[in-house]
Amino acid sequence: MAQILSPLPGTFYVKPSPDEAPYKAAGDAVAVGDTIGLIEVMKTFIEVKAEVAGTFSAYVAEDGSPVTAGQELAEVAV
Amino acid sequence: MAIKRLFIANRGEIAVRIIRAAKDLGITTIQAYSEADADMLAVKLADEAVCIGPAKAADSYLNIDGVVAAAIEASADAVHPGYGFLSESADFARAIEQAGMRFIGPSADTIERMGDKVAARQAAEAAGVPVVPGSKGRIDSVDDAVEVAAKVGYPVMVKAAAGGGGKGIRIAENEDELRTLAPQAQQEAAAAFGDGGLYIERSVTSPRHIEVQIVGDGERAVHFYERECSLQRRRQKVWEEAGAACLDDETRENLCKAAVALAQSVNYRGAGTLEYLYEESTNAFFFIEMNTRIQVEHPVTEMITGFDLVQEMIRVCGGAPLSVSQDQVKRSGHAIEVRLNAEDPFMQFMPWPGKVESLKIPEGEGIRFDHFLYEGYQIPPFYDSLIGKLIVHGKDRADAISKMASALEGLEINGLKTTVPLHKALAKDPGVASDDFHTQWLEPWLDAGNLSPENM
Repeated sequence: MAQILSPLPGTFYVKPSPDEAPYKAAGDAVAVGDTIGLIEVMKTFIEVKAEVAGTFSAYVAEDGSPVTAGQELAEVAV
Repeated sequence: MAIKRLFIANRGEIAVRIIRAAKDLGITTIQAYSEADADMLAVKLADEAVCIGPAKAADSYLNIDGVVAAAIEASADAVHPGYGFLSESADFARAIEQAGMRFIGPSADTIERMGDKVAARQAAEAAGVPVVPGSKGRIDSVDDAVEVAAKVGYPVMVKAAAGGGGKGIRIAENEDELRTLAPQAQQEAAAAFGDGGLYIERSVTSPRHIEVQIVGDGERAVHFYERECSLQRRRQKVWEEAGAACLDDETRENLCKAAVALAQSVNYRGAGTLEYLYEESTNAFFFIEMNTRIQVEHPVTEMITGFDLVQEMIRVCGGAPLSVSQDQVKRSGHAIEVRLNAEDPFMQFMPWPGKVESLKIPEGEGIRFDHFLYEGYQIPPFYDSLIGKLIVHGKDRADAISKMASALEGLEINGLKTTVPLHKALAKDPGVASDDFHTQWLEPWLDAGNLSPENM
């Protein structure tokens, strides 16, 4: 199991916009460079990208929750 | 009814600024804060502080019901909205009024009227203030857009009739482009504001952004002269001056008089700013919009006029008449403000919410630093990146620029990246020195590599 960590402190979002589906769902394939979420930091949105390939397990951080740099956001089975 | 207990519904440097002004007026201050802001400077400085919700602004600083309830609970008799957040929300102002408190700003009706571009433009025209030639009202069809564009002449700018902040703005060079762009702008406006109405005007070439500060008491209004704010990146002001050295006295006088006429015609109360585009080649100015709040860059105006605008807006919104007449407002020297953002200017201005390890603030005559920093303060990542404003006052523009350059040398904020290097580069740029710029100047200047670590 690999962890995807937040590169920055901010607010974590699992969806590109409120009306859309989450970037990943359990069982989805994950390739290196796939966007799995967004971090909103000082009104700027930064994409969080997977650094490993595998199968998406789950989001660990909640959508819309504050996160710290280095905090676990999601898990990927490799 | 003079205000006794002021609730501050904002954060950061403007909250600190409001507390200072209120204290000087002998008013008790109650600072609102989110869970992420419990240790911010304004909380420490205020007489009382109230938590209004979680870090997310939508659930705290932008939550109208929550903020109003907190102000009532704290027995506030007035609410200062600062800038941003709810400062230009007519619904918020109305809720404050209905709860029997004073809103430190204009009436909800005035906010509503001046917040709508079409209505604001009609008010300006009625007061004899020049506006950019454009559509008489909202436009709902592409054919109507084409007809108006033919009259005002290309290039034309297409905007959403509702909303602001640059959303939905497009420039069409000819009819073909307009026919392609107008439906897109309609869609975007409908998605963003729930209203697909458009508004079309002549696009002014290489415009300068010049704005006039006014304060009104509901009957009478005075101006505090103009500011020049053309140095912008992504429509955000970066460097602001008072006054605008590019104006001759007659144009300045007309610009300021027009602002007062408009403010008085809408019975304006509080501090407000009328924004204009100025076309240097034709010496023409056009009203674009009115901001019905105190602005980030108000200190440059305070420096050249000697008036405390935040105190004045609190007084008039408490029901007092203006404390100043127009002939008492004199301008002296030249002032410059630079916005310090927690961003890395060498990395596409990436936000950098670090911890302030050490802080050295420049001091001296004509130097002012408005901020909310202290050593050991962790800047939260949830809000705007503005951390402070360095302001200088010189005897003329050249003196102010040189003072800014030395004040920047004396400023040290360790532990984070800031936009200080950008301002150091601007302060020694020949284009800035010769006042030869406009609103489309800074981004190409950055793209051309004028700011790089090697140049510092």
